[in-house]
Amino acid sequence: MSTYALEQLEARLPGALEQRYQDRAGDHWGVVARLKIADAAKVVKELGYTLFVSMDCVDRLHLPESTPRFEVLYFFYSLERNEHLRLKVLVSEDECELPTIRFVYQGANWAERLAWDFYGVRFTGHGDLRRMLLYEEFQGHPLRKDYAMRDRQPLIPERPIKDIFRGPGTSGVS
Amino acid sequence: MAHDEYDPTPSNDELEAHLQTRNMVVNLGPSHPAMHGTVRMKVELDGETIVKADTEIGFLHRGFQKSCENVTWTQCIPYTDRLNYVSALMNNFGFLSAVEKLIGLEIPERAKFIRVIGAELHRIADHLTATGALGLELGAFAAFLYGIEARELIQDRVTELTGARLTTNYGRVGGLNRDLPPGWGDKVLRTLTKVEELCGEVSALLTHNRIFTDRCRGTGVITATDALDFGFTGPCLRACGVNLDLRKQKPYWAYDQLKFEVAMGKNGDNYDRYLIRVKEIAESISLIRQALDKMPEGPVIVDDRRIALPPKDEVYGTIEGVMAHFKLVMEGIQVPAGEVYDATEAANGELGWYLRSDGSGRPYKVHVRAPGFHILSGVGKMIEGRMLADLIPTFDTINMIGGEVEQ
Repeated sequence: MSTYALEQLEARLPGALEQRYQDRAGDHWGVVARLKIADAAKVVKELGYTLFVSMDCVDRLHLPESTPRFEVLYFFYSLERNEHLRLKVLVSEDECELPTIRFVYQGANWAERLAWDFYGVRFTGHGDLRRMLLYEEFQGHPLRKDYAMRDRQPLIPERPIKDIFRGPGTSGVS
Repeated sequence: MAHDEYDPTPSNDELEAHLQTRNMVVNLGPSHPAMHGTVRMKVELDGETIVKADTEIGFLHRGFQKSCENVTWTQCIPYTDRLNYVSALMNNFGFLSAVEKLIGLEIPERAKFIRVIGAELHRIADHLTATGALGLELGAFAAFLYGIEARELIQDRVTELTGARLTTNYGRVGGLNRDLPPGWGDKVLRTLTKVEELCGEVSALLTHNRIFTDRCRGTGVITATDALDFGFTGPCLRACGVNLDLRKQKPYWAYDQLKFEVAMGKNGDNYDRYLIRVKEIAESISLIRQALDKMPEGPVIVDDRRIALPPKDEVYGTIEGVMAHFKLVMEGIQVPAGEVYDATEAANGELGWYLRSDGSGRPYKVHVRAPGFHILSGVGKMIEGRMLADLIPTFDTINMIGGEVEQ
């Protein structure tokens, strides 16, 4: 594991990288400033980290370091360098939003929708931030630590049949 | 009232008038014979051409992550079976590899080889299901039957190894639940001969079949750039000509001691994805043979009472054994606080795990990077502007598995 990408990121985008550290297994992580993530993603892609690997969030509510509350994780992979790049952004509960990287990596579209669905982190500029796995009427965000394990959702009324566009003909919505 | 008489001959104006058409929205699924699992595709059609496709998933969501956060690390293993239920062993072992990386644990050499054998057996099963189902949905029912017959043989061996056909729950942190049953290796070798023969039948029925190639060649195309952008991995990425196989790039378990080739495609279409799966079955068969040959004797789980359950005679015979057993079952393995991202190559691509531990006996966060999720997100791109009929083989060759996509 090299720190190539993190060093390049620091050089090309001053102030974007707030912190660097190594985890228990010796892998390097970079903590990116919240509003700079979209620019950082562009730089990372130019550096050859073209494979969008994954994205997720962590709710740190029950951890010793509980503020800011959320971590948004980004994983990329470079074919030339054969290594993963691990980035994270810290997001507080009050300013629970950060710029989308959907227009840098197309794969982030669904991944960001998933993060919104389960953690309630908003991605500004996404444009299509619907829930990914749950239904629109779902209340709350279930992977937050304050969402109880056995919480129950209210019953939702059945959607009117008019909502389904049935194509040509008069039965549907014109 | 003569001018009200109906004249059936259309006037020239009428003949040349612009035909009023409207795009039609068709729902495929959530329950549709040609869709695997429960997934809904809202397809906007202009005639037979797909203008826009919106995939809606989540019908099989079970709260995998939330469940894992509330049980011990060992109790997560059965949940991982249910991610990709066609190749459960790969999920078991992938998860355990990540946990072991977080602890900083090296597993015994024999366990590494058995993990390779189990994973490759299930890779064959997964690819057979995908290719068989592809044939089935394009009208070649016989190919499906041959494929499933071979898969059943593999499931029988998996049953002998783990005690279950699908929900294996075989690995443990630090190694494996138990050693191979006596005579199992020879049985596997005999099975592989039969599987090879049946795979030959499948590819003989499909590879040069005119109907099949016409439906698969040049359909569901995606460029390498787009595939990387969407996060494609595994056979779907290699079909675009990108050489990425974590077994080669970042060898784990015993893959660095075994010889195999990475099957590659060129065009990124359905046919290349099919061919790669056929080639990978052959590579997996050779891998299992090599692994069975090279497998050393020895323990299959680490000898550490903080991680592995003590042998039963020790539990019933000594106070230390009872205590170790009790603490492991009641409190779980004490994984040190920290975080890790680790990935293995599953049948459909990179199966990644981000694990976070707060030092208690339970995971604080279990993120699974399911390969199918990212591939499914690219399906819209692959079929837009193509015919509706192309959707079916495309959906087959990406091999979407509801369990892992919808967690």
